Parts: sequence; structure tokens; C-alpha cells
Amino acid sequence: MRLTATWRNRLLYVGVVAVVAYCLAPFYWMLVSSLRRTSDIFDTSLLPSPVSLENYRAVFDPSQGFTRALLNSLVVAGITTVLALLLATFTAYAMARLEFRFKRLILTLVIATSMFPVVSIVVPLLKLFTDINWINTYQAMIVPSMSFALPLAVWNLTTFFRQMPDELEHAAMIDGCTRGQAFRKVIVPLAAPGIFTTAIITFIAAWNEFLIALSMTNRPAMQTAPVAISKFSGATQFETPFGSQMAAGVLVTVPLVVLVLVFQRRIVAGLTAGAAK
Amino acid sequence: MTDTETLPETAAHRSGGTAARPSVPARPRGRRSRASAGSARMAALLVSPTLLVLAIVVLYPTLMALRESLYGPKGLDPRTGFIRTTEPFVGLRNYADIFGPAGDRFWNAFWNTTFFTVVTVGLETLIGVGMALIMHRAFRGRALVRAGILVPWAVPTAISALLWRWIFNSDGIANALIGRQILWTTEGFHAKVAVVVAEVWKTAPFIGLLVLAGLQVIPKEVYEAARIDGASALRQFWHITLPLVKPALLVAVLFRCLDALRMFDLPYILVGAQKNSVETLSMLAQNEASNVRFGPASAYSVLLFLYVLLIALAFVRLLGADLVGDGGPRGRAGRRRLVVARPAEVTA
Repeated sequence: MRLTATWRNRLLYVGVVAVVAYCLAPFYWMLVSSLRRTSDIFDTSLLPSPVSLENYRAVFDPSQGFTRALLNSLVVAGITTVLALLLATFTAYAMARLEFRFKRLILTLVIATSMFPVVSIVVPLLKLFTDINWINTYQAMIVPSMSFALPLAVWNLTTFFRQMPDELEHAAMIDGCTRGQAFRKVIVPLAAPGIFTTAIITFIAAWNEFLIALSMTNRPAMQTAPVAISKFSGATQFETPFGSQMAAGVLVTVPLVVLVLVFQRRIVAGLTAGAAK
Repeated sequence: MTDTETLPETAAHRSGGTAARPSVPARPRGRRSRASAGSARMAALLVSPTLLVLAIVVLYPTLMALRESLYGPKGLDPRTGFIRTTEPFVGLRNYADIFGPAGDRFWNAFWNTTFFTVVTVGLETLIGVGMALIMHRAFRGRALVRAGILVPWAVPTAISALLWRWIFNSDGIANALIGRQILWTTEGFHAKVAVVVAEVWKTAPFIGLLVLAGLQVIPKEVYEAARIDGASALRQFWHITLPLVKPALLVAVLFRCLDALRMFDLPYILVGAQKNSVETLSMLAQNEASNVRFGPASAYSVLLFLYVLLIALAFVRLLGADLVGDGGPRGRAGRRRLVVARPAEVTA
């Protein structure tokens, strides 16, 4: 049986709605739950009634230390991203533009690194950092985070640099620039969108990190947001404060979701880096 | 990991750069293939900081883990009766324990890890391919769908674990929907199911995204030819779509497998630490380390590392050098290039 064009279209719409619902329904549930009052947190209605900001107030209660956790996350993810990007820009430029021995080997090693089980480096580093009193410091979280942030950034930037015609630099070099100047004055400004996309992807990866942050801290004041939220405590020992967990979850996720929605096209390009256009 | 032979200078050439402008047949290569010593020096200068950092944060800890796994805990010294200040060298005993009588916890974690990897990657491949096929067809609302599928990816795993813990709460929406009272997040097979559902939700869209990118490079003419030949939709999918997206799909599956093998946050938060039914190797190693038993912890993490390496090597054999996406074996798959997923930390 051949489907008519209209039916095909309708089926397609059903499919599209199904995909979007699959992706967004749990997230919607987090949002709705965060807006309920504690007294009707177990409501299963699709809309919160009445809408209450009670949970959000609870999250910012000083006893939870959530503001500090957000700040910690921002510092750790921010510095990780900046450092990774700085080093990766140079390496990616060399990977994309220069010819040298062992290039493929190096690139392979860099990719292989990011497949590494994080726990394999956390265990020995935890011991080392305990010995040198680095537990509960930012650097104890930033340094191990480089193990995934740096390969990510190198890989992404290499793809972006490769997509840029190298006549641009040659022209600049003919006009009297050195390779370094051509890189700084021509390539970096032109690659800015790619660098920015890489920054977002690296930042999201670093922001989402949990295992390192969990292992390297035991003082609540130094925990990052995901760790802090997972340790939110309720009024009593047996009560899980789902309302404030959901509210905090929304607060941690919404900036990322907004970022993703605004730069959707670029992020998709970055994530599928290497795909033929 | 892939072919380590040094390729001729030209072989490493960027097929990527030309992909944007396929009309240019070949770029002038003279300048480039005479890579001068200056270029090599500059490359060394540019690449070495990254290699140095990776050596410090990856290579050094790995070697330390290998060494540490040969040492035991600081216990009482039987000769002096005092607590030792240094860790005693125990040789391979930490490993022997794993494969000996005290290995139950290890093998449980090992099978859990394997179970999660096989089941989640299998399911998310099916769902992801389905999503990709829908998205590929959809013309209106494509931006909306693409933005939508990025949402689960952007939610931190730790947060999504809390979210699913809430959904799977005994009075939660999951039980309300199925009209039964299942204590999802307690020990038992249902805890495994909860982890699988949460993991698949988060990562299936990602596979969908990568497969979609693979679908988009298949030339339309191939389908037109098939339609003229009277091939049904199913046959077209089986004989055209699937073989052509296979490289992209395999890379996506590889990265998902390696991610699933090191799964930590999700079961740790969704169900909890030291729960037999969901404890993974990462959780086991982390748990031992947090209890200051660095020797066994390192042994576990070394074994996990070897497991990951083994799977990665198996895939690399399957994929060939395409993995690097640097042109790959010349000529293979013509001008099509692989969708190479960056190994994003989609989950931990």
C-alpha cells in the first residue's frame, strides 16, 4: 500500500512530535515539579497549581550554600575552558596547517585520551593531592578536568581550522606577515565562531563534570553545583527535598539549555565535527 | 591506536579542507609537501604544551595507578605492632584478590558495567537511528527538533540522575503512569531498568544527531536511482541507508560504548553508592579510593582501563584508521568523510 503524500506528512508530524516529547518531557517534569509547593510536590497534574517559588527560595537559603556552589562551578568550568582553549588553539593550528612527523599518531593519542575512564586518573591523583594538600582546592578540580577538556578542544578546533581555506594565510604572508602574524591577525579572528563553539562545548562538558568534583572535595564550601545539589538535605534525614533539588536542577540547566537553543546550529556543527558538508 | 606508521607527507593531507568546496579537484601541494625544518620546529613548539599537559594529567596518573595497584593499605606492621607510615609492597596481590575468593564485588561490578553498556548502547542505537530518520525527513520544524534533542545532552548527568530519581520515586510520575507501586530506586532488577531508562533518554538523541549528520551526506541521486528501480522503502533503508551511515554509526557507537563503560554519576545518584544491582567499575574504584584503600582502587581502575582499551582496539580494527578522520586510508569511501563524533562527555 502506498501512502499518499498528506498521510506521509501527518505521520512525519507525529514522529517529530514524538521525538520532541521524548526529549523534553522529563525536563518539563523537572520544571513543573520545581514550581509546586512542598505540600503538593507529589501532585501528578501536568501544570502546577498554584505556581509557587517556594522551592527556589529554599534553594537560595544560605544553609544550602548553593550560591557558593554555583560560583565554584563557574570558576572550575570557566578556568578549565580558558586553559584548554588556549593550549588547544595552538595545537589545532599545527594539526590543521603544518606538516610534521607523527601528526596522525599525536592526533590519535589526543583522541584516545578523551576515551580514558576518568576514574583511572582520579584515584592516583586523589592520593597525590591528599599528599600535597590540594584537596578542597580549585586546582585539584581544574587539573584533572583538563584530561577531557583539552582533547575535546583540540579535536574540535582542528576540524574548524581545516575548514578554513589556507589561501587566506598565504595571502597574508605574501603581504609580509610572518606565519605567526598571519595566524594572529587572519586566522584567529576568522576562526572566532569556531573557537566560540568549542568554548561552549568544552564549558558544558566541564560544567557537567561530577566524579572529579565529588572526589576532590569534602568541604561543602568547595563543592561544585552538581555535587552540592546531589547532597541537598531535607528537613529530616528520611526526607529527600525533591522540590529544591528540582529547582536547583532547573537553575543549573537552564543557562546551558538557553545557550544550546541560541547556538543550536553551531553546536550541532561542533558535535558532528568532521562530518562532510 | 590506529596505524602508527608514519605516512608519507602528502598522505596526511587534509581532505577535510576540500570537503567544503568539492569543486576544487586538488590544491597545489608543492609548498606544503616540502615541509621545511622551520615548519617542524614550529609544530613542535605549538604541539608540545598540549602533550605536556596530557602527559601530566593522563600519562603520569596512569603510571602512578599501575604502581599504586601493587601496594597494600597502611595496616599494622606485624613485626613492630605499629601502624605503618608507608604502604607495603604486595606485588600482584590486589589483582589476585580480584580473581580470587574476594572478587565477588569486582565481578558483580564488571557484569553490571557490561550489562549497562550492551543494553543502553543497543537501545539508544535503535532509538537514535529512528530519531535520525524522522529528523532527516522533517523539513518544517527541523530547527526545533534539533534544538530539542540537544536538551537531554545539555542537562548535566548528575542533574538528570536526580530528575529520574524523582520520576522513579515511589509516589512519582512513573508509577502514576503505569498504575503500579514499584520501588524503582531500591536494590533489584528494577534499579537496573531505572538506570537504563535514564541513560537512554540522555544519550539516544546524541546518537540521533550523529546519524543525522551521516544521513545528510548521502547523495539524493542514490535514492532516486533506487526508486526508479522500484526498491521499497524498507529495501532502500536496508541496502542504501544503513551501509552508507554505517561508518558514522560505528563511530557513534564506539564513543557511546566507551562512555557507558565508565558510567558513574547516573547510578551513583539515581540509586546510590554500594548498591549491588547497579555498582559499576568506576563506582567500585571511586568507593575504594574514598575509603583510602588506594591499592585495590588502583587495581580496579587499571582493570577498567584495560577493558576500555580492549573495546576501543576492537572497534579500531573494525573501523580502520577512519577513526582519526584525517583522510583515513586514502580513497576509501571516496570523498565521503566519516562523521567523527568528538568524544564529548555526554555522560560520565
